[in-house]
Amino acid sequence: MSRPQKILVRRHGAVVRVTHWINAISLFFLLLSGLQIFNAHPALYFGQQSHFGQPWFATGAYERGGQLRGVTMIGRQVFDTTGFLGASQEGHVIVSRGFPAWLTIPSHRFLALGRRWHFFFAWVFALNLTLYLATGLISGHLRRDLAPTKSQLAPGHVLHEIWAHMRLKFPKGEEARRYNVLQKGAYLGVVIVLLPVMILSGMTMSPSLDAIFPFLVDLFGGRQSARSIHFITASLVVLFFLVHMVMVVLSGTWNNIRSMITGRYAIEVEPPAAPVGDAP
Amino acid sequence: MTLARRAWLKAAGASLAASFLAGCDKITENPDVVKALSSAEVLNRRVQRLLGRGALAREFTRADITPNFKANGTINPPDAEYQALVAENFASWKLVVDGLVERPLALSLDQIKALPARTQITRHDCVEGWSCIGEWTGARLGPLIDMAGLKPEARHIVLHCADTLGGAKYYETLDVFDVHHPQTILAYAMNGAPLTVPHGAPLRLRAERYLGYKQAKYLMRLEAVASFDHIRGGQGGYWEDQGYDRYGGI
Repeated sequence: MSRPQKILVRRHGAVVRVTHWINAISLFFLLLSGLQIFNAHPALYFGQQSHFGQPWFATGAYERGGQLRGVTMIGRQVFDTTGFLGASQEGHVIVSRGFPAWLTIPSHRFLALGRRWHFFFAWVFALNLTLYLATGLISGHLRRDLAPTKSQLAPGHVLHEIWAHMRLKFPKGEEARRYNVLQKGAYLGVVIVLLPVMILSGMTMSPSLDAIFPFLVDLFGGRQSARSIHFITASLVVLFFLVHMVMVVLSGTWNNIRSMITGRYAIEVEPPAAPVGDAP
Repeated sequence: MTLARRAWLKAAGASLAASFLAGCDKITENPDVVKALSSAEVLNRRVQRLLGRGALAREFTRADITPNFKANGTINPPDAEYQALVAENFASWKLVVDGLVERPLALSLDQIKALPARTQITRHDCVEGWSCIGEWTGARLGPLIDMAGLKPEARHIVLHCADTLGGAKYYETLDVFDVHHPQTILAYAMNGAPLTVPHGAPLRLRAERYLGYKQAKYLMRLEAVASFDHIRGGQGGYWEDQGYDRYGGI
């Protein structure tokens, strides 16, 4: 009985690997500085301007029995989120703040510095994504590796993949040479929809850019809508990151990390059939 | 686990976390790091000015005007000099225009109201993240500055204000680049009524395309300068001296 052999295949090209890690670093700083910026006015609205009485999302604090309580409002629902949103520990005391100290750059309230970090990494992030998409189009990486094939898109196949993922069974052997349809959908959705929408909604918050590109404001339905959409897309990126981490671990942590550093990815293949007639 | 041990572990964990955050802040607030990050501000200003030299900020309709336009920063200057002006309804108030100009001026409110004016309904964007739409009427800054005649070496207009905020006088700087932009006005009316004290009476800047902190209120003096290095904190504005970007277009 032959046992599967492990072979190393070339998984990721150099540009994909380099841009992946620049992207990861940029998103880390963008998220934490972004939450610092959010904390300067922890309320979100839809439309052109802020109707201060009617945010669809807001956090704040109030005092009860000499203690600060943090509350978060989503739509008309109000939740007590003391310790995380609205009021949390800074140094040794509970203070009123949107997101907690361990999620912002810097840890204490300092909008000006948060903006410095955010706008620096915004450039790094946007140029990096542009480089990735441009080389991905030219080299065929997007079409070859990320666009699902016709057979992958067949409803039966998609359902089969969802069922297999729910049982944490991942493609093996030859099938592991390429991304499965759920991976392709997630990666493609992030790089051509989610991240560009996040960049454009971020640009729409700039009054100068709004004068230069008025269509941006119309695209999102107003600056305050853009601010909300920027927050929502950033949240979806965090969700993607969490699922991405779980999948990396479940489908082979070191194999995945190695493939994104050296480019080599191990797959299991059947060995060539044993020759007829054993050696004497 | 005993309560004492649990409390001790909790305290140890909290102090570990606190020192970790303090370590992070040492890096994120390192002056050299901040200086490197600030290079993005130059890039933003250059790129945005290249793309949109004379681009106009969107103008809205009367129906879009918010009933509760938030007044931010100073809303009632504590300065005795200013309060004396309020008491006499700004009768003796004059806007001084000096520095690197050919003909220094001192203009009364009536003189300013007689200058070429513009009314615009625009969106005010605070650096904190909120926006309010309001209507502004004022003298266009371009013709006013032309009356004084800028000297060729002038690069910026320093806007000196009457209000003291957090122990320092408010001020701002506007680049000569923006002086002749049609939407750069010195506003004396808001939503069709004279400017109120919370919104900067008797005169404030409206330079649309920039954030709220650039829209200096309680104007007293416009000074044309070649450099603002020697003025107060040297960063070109009250908030700029506290680390905010001087460009203010994002």
